[in-house]
Amino acid sequence: MTQAQFQESANTEARGTAPADRHWRDYFTFNTDHKVIGIQYLVTTFIFYLIGGVMATLVRTELATPDSDFVPPELYNSLFTVHATVMIFLWIVPAGAGFANFLIPLMIGAKDMAFPRLNAIAFWLIPVGGVLLLSSFLVGAPQAGWTSYPPLSLVTAQAGEEIWILSVLILGTSSILGAVNFAVTIFTMRVPSMGLNDMPLFCWAMIATSALTLIATPVLAAALILLSFDLLAGTAFFNPTGNGDPIVYQHLFWFYSHPAVYIMIMPFFGVISEVLPVHSRKPIFGYLAIAYSSLAISFLGLIVWAHHMFTSGTPGWLRMFFMITTMIIAVPTGIKIFSWLATIWGGKLRLVSAMLFGMGFISTFVLGGITGIMVASVPFDIHVHDTYFVVAHLHYVLFGGSVFGIYAAFYHWFPKMTGRMINEFWGRVHFVLTYVGFTVTFLPMHALGMQGMPRRVAMYDPKFTTINVICTVGAYMLAVSTIPFIINVIWSWRYGPKAGDNPWQALSLEWMTTSPPPIENFEGVPVLATGPYDYGMEKIQNTGERLRLKLRENATRNAQKTGIPIAEAQASTFLGRTATLVAPESEVNVDSPADESQDGE
Amino acid sequence: MQIPAIDPAKTALNYHHEGEVEAHGVEHPDHRMLGVIVFLCAEGMIFFGMFAAYLIYRAMAPAWPPEGTPDRELLLPGINTVILIASSFVIHNADTAIKKNDAAGMRNWLLVTIAMGAVFLFGQVYEYAHLEFGLTTNLYASCFYVLTAFHGLHVTLGVLLMVAVVWRSRAEGHYSSEHHFGIEATEIYWHFVDVIWIVLFLLLYIL
Repeated sequence: MTQAQFQESANTEARGTAPADRHWRDYFTFNTDHKVIGIQYLVTTFIFYLIGGVMATLVRTELATPDSDFVPPELYNSLFTVHATVMIFLWIVPAGAGFANFLIPLMIGAKDMAFPRLNAIAFWLIPVGGVLLLSSFLVGAPQAGWTSYPPLSLVTAQAGEEIWILSVLILGTSSILGAVNFAVTIFTMRVPSMGLNDMPLFCWAMIATSALTLIATPVLAAALILLSFDLLAGTAFFNPTGNGDPIVYQHLFWFYSHPAVYIMIMPFFGVISEVLPVHSRKPIFGYLAIAYSSLAISFLGLIVWAHHMFTSGTPGWLRMFFMITTMIIAVPTGIKIFSWLATIWGGKLRLVSAMLFGMGFISTFVLGGITGIMVASVPFDIHVHDTYFVVAHLHYVLFGGSVFGIYAAFYHWFPKMTGRMINEFWGRVHFVLTYVGFTVTFLPMHALGMQGMPRRVAMYDPKFTTINVICTVGAYMLAVSTIPFIINVIWSWRYGPKAGDNPWQALSLEWMTTSPPPIENFEGVPVLATGPYDYGMEKIQNTGERLRLKLRENATRNAQKTGIPIAEAQASTFLGRTATLVAPESEVNVDSPADESQDGE
Repeated sequence: MQIPAIDPAKTALNYHHEGEVEAHGVEHPDHRMLGVIVFLCAEGMIFFGMFAAYLIYRAMAPAWPPEGTPDRELLLPGINTVILIASSFVIHNADTAIKKNDAAGMRNWLLVTIAMGAVFLFGQVYEYAHLEFGLTTNLYASCFYVLTAFHGLHVTLGVLLMVAVVWRSRAEGHYSSEHHFGIEATEIYWHFVDVIWIVLFLLLYIL
């Protein structure tokens, strides 16, 4: 299916006018073009999403009845373990990296990433790690949960556990290499006229994400190397029978894995900051507040890890520290949420699929954030520790947050990536199915957790049956919801109407080149005429002298720094584009593709 | 836009895709070095994680090293430490030489550094062979072997990097006062390995 997707995209591109267009074969090669790598990332991770989704469906099927009657207990343990690992390390984290790969050079006006070959290496580690992880089913997959707490992980499914460690090390290496690349690219490759505070917010989000990745992921590697020695060489770092200390593992593990939740959500904070202003046709509210709150979240995210360990014998004074710092994270997060709401407020909303997923993101993520504050408070956490309340909370944040963000980004940048409009009708169907399925699956889990149903069990008290059946029905709905999405993507990639350069009339740089962008992204050095979010602002509406002055100033800066004189013609091309871009009131006819597709199907 | 001529020395180390373009023709003199430094910070965090585990074990243990751990010989690791620290100065000479376009001098200084790195590694293996405790003797021993071996792996990688530089420098004019990023990166890496060793030596042997 994806193969067809690749081929079709390639055919589309091959028909383009630019001589340097991509051929479909490029998508199967060790290519160093960031756009090819970005799409490789996205398609690969989506395949892993489907694999992880199948596992989740199997887990929910088992849980439809109180007895352990659908899969053997060991397999059940393996399924939820690998499901979590796949979804975290092979779907959400690399999908964020995929969008970053595609978008960052376009957004900052660069020709490619700073280290294109490193970029290719970082991508190709993903399928290697993923296939390795799935191969553990051949020898008995890991059963200790994605946290792999010793001593449990030292005694169950040891071969599978070691494979798990290796594949997570490989995937961690991939994300470290990616983060090096993003950070260096953003700091050194911007067009001369773009200061840090002129960057799109997605780039800010990726700076914060890269910082977290670089600081936290290596510590996980340290923990896994030590765990590996315990498994293979008989040392006792984490093995209480040899004076080792399992709590040390928990500290090292959560030093990575708490920041990891921000590694997973932060890129999509950036995505939402792009999607909402474009489809509200309003400037973003509080650019600097959103940008710097990402950095604040990064910093705070690094010092709260022990809130996962309130029941691990953490002393009271330490619990208090971690409870307070955890709750403080709500402040920068709240700044973002309120800024987004203020962005939508009074905007001329364009309710396309991307916008729907963006608004779905806000609603579900707020709920997930509120339950996050609840579990951050020690007494409540002790009550719901390792129950379905935690499962509900983390899925609200990671599914209702990250996955909705991924979908929003998919729909928003689909025209740029493929040069085609995606079918909005089926996009909306996809959104409704996902949102309802999501709510039916995960909302009742809060109740399950409050009543005390433990997570990670195959058998449970029959009194929980009704709610579990509801959750299982929701899970099937979620499984079904991906079908319109896949068909829609493939169909639109092949037959969708041409998108043009800038179908959403956005102002950030990636929309100022053709769709799909040519191999080196821009002809010459792009010149910033406006900020990325200056919809309808006075200086833009006045498209006369003021804009011309701004453009000339930026062009002069470019010329001074690059030594390349900006031709009059080029400047006026940009001026012309900008002038058409900055008409915020004009309508985009997004409904027509939907109508056509209905006829087509 | 003007596309700069392809410089063979630069192509060998090319960092722009397909080696064809400078990004915009804008000079980004620092971005490769920034990449190396950022990567080394991440590397440092792996060691930080292991040091943190070690320090927790140490803080929680009633006696450290645990009772019954044989005394450690300080002479050999002491000599090793001196060699490694000295080699950091030696490799700096290689960098200075190439900045004066002295490729032969650079190669010689690098060969000296390689030799010193090799002596360090042999010293470490010799020490392993003569220690009276094994990997699983107790928590201290496990930490000792895993940390020093992990550092030794980095030393090995550094030696291989230098060998690669020397091997590539056989081509006339491959490195010059203009193009010597490979040497600078290797030097920074080697200093990093050195600094980690000093911390490690203090933690495992002295304190």
